[in-house]
Amino acid sequence: MVLLRAIGLTLLFLLANLLPANASEADLRAIIAKFATATNFSATEAVVRELAATGDPLVERPLAALAEGSLYVRRADSLVFVGKEGGDSVELLDPLSGEKSGEAAKGDITKIKVNNTLRRVIRDALGTLTLRAKDPAVRIAAAATMFKTPDAANIEPLDAAIAAETDAKVKALFEQARAASVLVSDRSEADKLAAIALIGVRGDRDALSLLTSVEANSQGAVKDAATAAIGTINSTLAFWDAGQNIWYGISLGSVLLLAAIGLAITFGVMGVINMAHGEMVMLGAYTTFVVQEVIRSSFPGLFDWSLVIALPLAFLVAALVGLAIERGVIRFLYGRPLETLLATWGVSLILQQAVRTIFGPTNQEVGNPSWMSGSFDVGQLAITWNRLWILVFSLCVFALLLYVMKRTPWGLQMRAVTANRRMAASMGIKTPWVDALTFALGSGIAGIAGVALSQIDNVSPNLGRGYIIDSFMVVVFGGVGNLWGTLVGAFSLGIVNKFLEPYAGAVLGKIVVLVLIILFIQKRPRGLFALKGRAVEA
Amino acid sequence: MRGNFSTITKMVSAGVVAASLLMAVQAKAADDTIKVGILHSLSGTMAISETTLKDAMLMLIEEQNAKGGLLGKKLEAVVVDPASNWPLFAEKARELISKDKVAAVFGCWTSVSRKSVLPVFSELDNILFYPVQYEGEESERNVFYTGAAPNQQAIPAVDYLMSEDGGSVKRWVLEGTDYVYPRTTNKILEAYLKAKGVAAEDIMVNYTPFGFSDWQTEVSAIKKFGSAGKKTAVVSTVNGDANVPFYKELGNQGIKAEDIPVMAFSVGEEELAGLDTAPLVGHLAAWNYFESVDTPENKKFIADWHKFIKNDKRTTNDPMEAHYIGFNMWVKAVEKAGTTDPDKVIDAMIGVSVPNLTGGYSTMMPNHHITKPVLIGEIQADGQFETVSQTPGLVMGDEWSDYLPDSKDLISDWRAPLSCGNFNVATGKCGGKGTN
Repeated sequence: MVLLRAIGLTLLFLLANLLPANASEADLRAIIAKFATATNFSATEAVVRELAATGDPLVERPLAALAEGSLYVRRADSLVFVGKEGGDSVELLDPLSGEKSGEAAKGDITKIKVNNTLRRVIRDALGTLTLRAKDPAVRIAAAATMFKTPDAANIEPLDAAIAAETDAKVKALFEQARAASVLVSDRSEADKLAAIALIGVRGDRDALSLLTSVEANSQGAVKDAATAAIGTINSTLAFWDAGQNIWYGISLGSVLLLAAIGLAITFGVMGVINMAHGEMVMLGAYTTFVVQEVIRSSFPGLFDWSLVIALPLAFLVAALVGLAIERGVIRFLYGRPLETLLATWGVSLILQQAVRTIFGPTNQEVGNPSWMSGSFDVGQLAITWNRLWILVFSLCVFALLLYVMKRTPWGLQMRAVTANRRMAASMGIKTPWVDALTFALGSGIAGIAGVALSQIDNVSPNLGRGYIIDSFMVVVFGGVGNLWGTLVGAFSLGIVNKFLEPYAGAVLGKIVVLVLIILFIQKRPRGLFALKGRAVEA
Repeated sequence: MRGNFSTITKMVSAGVVAASLLMAVQAKAADDTIKVGILHSLSGTMAISETTLKDAMLMLIEEQNAKGGLLGKKLEAVVVDPASNWPLFAEKARELISKDKVAAVFGCWTSVSRKSVLPVFSELDNILFYPVQYEGEESERNVFYTGAAPNQQAIPAVDYLMSEDGGSVKRWVLEGTDYVYPRTTNKILEAYLKAKGVAAEDIMVNYTPFGFSDWQTEVSAIKKFGSAGKKTAVVSTVNGDANVPFYKELGNQGIKAEDIPVMAFSVGEEELAGLDTAPLVGHLAAWNYFESVDTPENKKFIADWHKFIKNDKRTTNDPMEAHYIGFNMWVKAVEKAGTTDPDKVIDAMIGVSVPNLTGGYSTMMPNHHITKPVLIGEIQADGQFETVSQTPGLVMGDEWSDYLPDSKDLISDWRAPLSCGNFNVATGKCGGKGTN
């Protein structure tokens, strides 16, 4: 009896403890249920604001789901769920607990629509809610959001968060976010001046954007301080802009180098005017596409390795096609540049149309592996990972090619044939085979360039067309027959192009570069680094 | 001799009978079908966009034949390949009309290809259906424009961005490929924005070459322009192949649609097919049709398309809908005129009304442009668009922009007695000039 009573009391006690929590959860559910009846964006926005106003960390899940477009209403009973798509049906999760609570066919549920304005409202709301998140990265994101959308109401939660913060970096960001909010509040002038000083130190574009609007909306000392801070930020940014142009130039140069390096062999070393060079690049890109398709369907875990797997295959495919072209067409045309030009042009059209027939005329999707997506900041300079990897990759390919040419017997034979074909032949070198393999090597290199270029450009049958002119430009400018010339040529063209672009625009910039090259070729017909010796006359 | 003579007469008469029989058979063969020309590039740069339209036309013709053809005859498609080569467009158009004797031609994509075939169509008096959104400033007797004019795409898109729903944009980047459509559209938009009180320093116009692939400088310039403390948006008339690297760079440099949305006029489902759209969710496009539109007509169209092309992943897009509307209008006009004679069909076309795929009716207006709704869609993670805004009613295509000084007094009306594509209401004369 006593025991029973004790149990009863404990139960009561437990219930009493649980009840308030339940009540608030029930409130949240009641608010969430309103999503089902919101018929337009402003109605949905009202519900989002109401949810955010509760300040309960539980609302993070439904709000984040809504922003991602995975919050659904079940048509049958107007209940709101977070949906996880898988094939034809959608797995329904409870919006608050995240527990699985059923499945539904796509036709039985309606997605709650969001637009950019709503996403912004949700992002701001989540910013305030995630100030105390465990993960520092989430807190940093919250600070960034709050900095971008300053609001006087943010000051209090930020004050509390700053007091509780242990990570110095996150704390500094919180303080900046607080300063931004102070600037739009009605705090005292002294507070605002301190805030401007704090934001001025930050010195990036977001700070500039904020200070510009402060400058426009205030008077007196605050306005002057903002103007001064804007001046300082602008001068540092001007410095970074120059750095940015150099980086963009190097990055464009690496793309040019990749595209041209195969041509530096087929045209530069062998002297074949190879108009089908761009199509070798395209074949490499399509190989990447096929590899990714196979990986997606059969080994999804390997996706991040897809490019590494595609490299040797792309080399092989392009090299084999190159070998076939050399044996089938070009070997009959050595010493007849005009016919070679026309024949390889024809081959390029055939290859394009073949790919168009097999894969269709539309773009194919080649995904970026995770290590090639996004960017990181160096000072005020955003460096994208894919560009950085392409730079590293192009330099590796260059080094490898240089090694093959200078340090291997095959490279020696290649150079011997180029320097003096008849003498090389009389020394016992099988010149036809050297020709064929050299052409295959040049084509194969173009193929692996295609793997890299598939990351930044369209994978379509026209892919090669866009690179052929630039490639010839680089090789001719750098000096025919000289690998170093191609390297220097590619990077100088890239950098000149990127320094011209902000002033002249992309169209005019390109024209100016072309005119400069024409003038340069008049002065030095053999390019930057001309080959010397008898070979040149042959 | 007599016998001989009779033999000769017999032979001659037999020959005549045979010949006339043969001719009759031939005439019957020609009478049995109505030929429809399809003038879309199947190779070269534009094949990426135009091949789909060729297939869509073949599907529409096949369906019409399954319904019993037209005027009791079967339709026969004549497909030619102008290979993305503008002068070749004119040659192929001539071939279609003079040699194949087609009753109408469906074709062209770029404005320059349309301009190159115009003289051929007016000389040989045939009909062209042009299915792509374009810069306006043109109205020809022999051409029916089923794509959007600037006021059916560009102006409503900008209006949306200026509205509260669209984010009350105050600063504008007009980014385009360097050719006639972006240049004219941007000229109209610039004039329109200035009329709406946007200051000149809040508009940045930039052009890039065709097939441009290195967008680093442009994207960082957009970022820079967007950090002036005012809500900024990009209006993109970037064409075709250049879009994929543009969007990839936007995604990589972290430009989110919530901060700087990009509104595109040339990016449809087809262009997004080559792209991982997860980083692009929320960027916008303005069209008159999206594949995601939820109407029974559209569901049927998509199902038919997948069946015809034997690939469930192939998308549908706005120019396909334009051909769908244009083809059905032509069928109706031919039925109304009772003949395929282009002269009669051209007159019968005006006022013809057919269902579009977005749940309404499109009507051919006297200026040879059609009425259609304008939809604004946001890119979704699955490569589709979700409509976030739609004009309440149908918008009538306005060929001569009201915002350009050279064309604001011009109107077009191909009904008798006016029958003029560029009537100047200020001078009361036919033959005013546009900006092109």
